[in-house]
Amino acid sequence: MSLYGYLTLAALVFAIGLFGVLTRRNAIGILLGIELMLNAVNINLVAFARFRADVAGLVFTLFTISITVAEVAVGLAIVIAIFRVRRTVEADRLDLLRG
Amino acid sequence: MTHAAFLVIAALAVASALGLVLRRNAIHGALFLVVNLGSVAALYLTLGAEFLAAVQVIVYAGAIMVLFVFAIMVLIPGKEETGLDPRRGWRLLALPVGALLALQLLLVVRAGVGPVAPAAAVPGGVEAVARLLFTRYLLPFELTSVLLLAAMVGVLLLARRRV
Repeated sequence: MSLYGYLTLAALVFAIGLFGVLTRRNAIGILLGIELMLNAVNINLVAFARFRADVAGLVFTLFTISITVAEVAVGLAIVIAIFRVRRTVEADRLDLLRG
Repeated sequence: MTHAAFLVIAALAVASALGLVLRRNAIHGALFLVVNLGSVAALYLTLGAEFLAAVQVIVYAGAIMVLFVFAIMVLIPGKEETGLDPRRGWRLLALPVGALLALQLLLVVRAGVGPVAPAAAVPGGVEAVARLLFTRYLLPFELTSVLLLAAMVGVLLLARRRV
């Protein structure tokens, strides 16, 4: 399979993830969409590592995975902290900072 | 053979991503994400990156998904997202935005990649990755540990009961 196949797949998954981030109404759903987008980026990195014969892409993927772990942990902790105060995780109702 | 495997895996990945986005139920979304992550791990195998496939399954499908499912169980009581959407008009705008982004990305992929070398035999096992990780990328590796420590401290602080 050529590089184009992988890049096309990654582009589709990334766009679907963006759609999910924009349409989800609760904060956890938005985080799920972000996971999808990060995965699309990882597909790109691994595909380029393979087709350009450069192991650095694999190392970068390891870094993105570890950063994703940190992002999810902090994100979910923030969602839980918000839930304690507002008793909801619906993004539309979280408008404390709206002017 | 590889071609057919790629097509099957790609179809699975796109279908599970669509399922994640279109189902309103958050727990279904999390389970679709497990399918998507698993198919991406299989994709890494077709690319010859065995180590990353293992990491993907252990870290994503293991650690992250447990975290997500736990948070959904705790925070979302039964059926949310089923009532009338107060901002339906705005949310429908996400469809053209997503389609436009997909179109742009596909155009860039078509136009911008340039000549592609045939798939070279690049080693994707533990040894090749570790050799590079612990020599050239040693500093980023150490910084990652600091980042994870900071995230851990931050999570403990955020999840703590009220001061």
